[in-house]
Amino acid sequence: MRLSPDEIIFWQFGMLKLNATILYTWGLMLVLVIGAWLITRRLSSGHQRSRWQNLLEIIVTGIMGQIRDVGLDQPRHYIGFIGTLFLFVAAASLATILPGYEPPTGSLSTTVALALTVFVAVPFFGIAEQGLGGYLRSYTQPTVVMLPFNIISELSRTLALAVRLFGNMMSGTLIIAILLSITPFLFPIIMNLLGLLTGMVQAYIFSILATVYIAAATRTRKPEPKVAAPADDQPPPE
Amino acid sequence: MIIDWFTVLAQLLNFAILVWLMKRFLYQPILNAIDARESRIAATLADADARQAKADKERERFKASNAELEAQRTALMAKASEEAAAERARLLEEARQAADAMRDQRQRALRTEAERLNQTLRRQTQDEVFAMTRQALCDMADEGLEARLVAVFLKRFDEMDEDTEQRFGAALESAPDKGASSVRVRSAFPLPDAQRAAIREALTRRFPAAFTLEALATGSLLGFKVAPEVISGIELSVNGQQLTWSLEGYLEAQQEAVAALFKDRVTPDAAS
Repeated sequence: MRLSPDEIIFWQFGMLKLNATILYTWGLMLVLVIGAWLITRRLSSGHQRSRWQNLLEIIVTGIMGQIRDVGLDQPRHYIGFIGTLFLFVAAASLATILPGYEPPTGSLSTTVALALTVFVAVPFFGIAEQGLGGYLRSYTQPTVVMLPFNIISELSRTLALAVRLFGNMMSGTLIIAILLSITPFLFPIIMNLLGLLTGMVQAYIFSILATVYIAAATRTRKPEPKVAAPADDQPPPE
Repeated sequence: MIIDWFTVLAQLLNFAILVWLMKRFLYQPILNAIDARESRIAATLADADARQAKADKERERFKASNAELEAQRTALMAKASEEAAAERARLLEEARQAADAMRDQRQRALRTEAERLNQTLRRQTQDEVFAMTRQALCDMADEGLEARLVAVFLKRFDEMDEDTEQRFGAALESAPDKGASSVRVRSAFPLPDAQRAAIREALTRRFPAAFTLEALATGSLLGFKVAPEVISGIELSVNGQQLTWSLEGYLEAQQEAVAALFKDRVTPDAAS
């Protein structure tokens, strides 16, 4: 039983190897970037615009609206990171309708990499917003006693991010693989549909949690302590 | 080992590249397009607002100028009707005055005409009356009457006042030719000799220096003439100076008095 597309290795040279995860990631990247380029190379700023441009505008403004809803006043600063997280995870899930495809997010290596980007991005945006001292001081909130717990929280939520996404995506493909061997025809299709739904939900959860963490890191010193509260919590259950 | 660290690194790199590419090809162009459209819409709206404001201002201005025109028109109409009323009053007044003048003129003309008619009538009546009187007197006149007239004349001659006497004296003195008949006596009827002698005697008695009975008797100095216009009277004239007594004198005096009376009566009428 294969748990991860990492195990499908097409080419290897010492440490360097080209496995299915990397290959499918490249494929997704190509589709995303070329699709975006094809649509955005002929953009209209007038009242008439193509339906593809409309679709992209809906997606982009929707992501920006979500970021703003979470509490980040300048969504343009964060849409590059958060939007790409969402689109990549969502595209990886959406592509599971293609036969023979294995989502790269079903690999723990990919989800760890994505969780690590969040782990880096949170202090990066936090320091950019309120300075190094201000950011570091947020670890001693509400008291210095909480410092170790805050650090543990930082690490554990990164781990939780990685494992949550991996578990969901991996279980989806695994269940389908198991069901295929039991009831080959109709049932896997329904599970595949459910898998699509789960993938979209996971993409939303992953990106919205990243947004919440960033918002917590950038708004600690603001008068409202309510928004900072999720930073101290354990990640919410799925 | 589920986690392949090389794959983790590769995925980190892939994700970083993907972020950069998506920024470059998706978010930036889309956001720019949205911004451009929004600014265009804002500009269009601002332009529309400006046009609206301009239109409002134009409308206000138009309204104001309309009201001003209306006011001017009303004022002009009021002025014109005022002037028309004044002109009408003036014309009516003129017409009335002209009518009054014409009426006055006609009345005056009528009155004048009536006066003239009246005068003519009166004069004719008067003339008739005097002619009748004169005729009557002429008819009645005879030698007896003449004798009586001469007696009255001589009585007047004798009672002549000093002023008249002096004037007659002066006239006699300055007569250019004493020899010619510078003294004339006119009467309506030929005077009989007795009366002539009485006149001569009276003249001699009165102006003894100028006359003598003998000189007068020759007839060269004193001439008697018959003049019917001297009605029932006698007239003595010396070189322009006259002494007259006749009914003609009475009649003329009476005629003058009557004429003066008429004149007095006409004048105040014409003035009124």
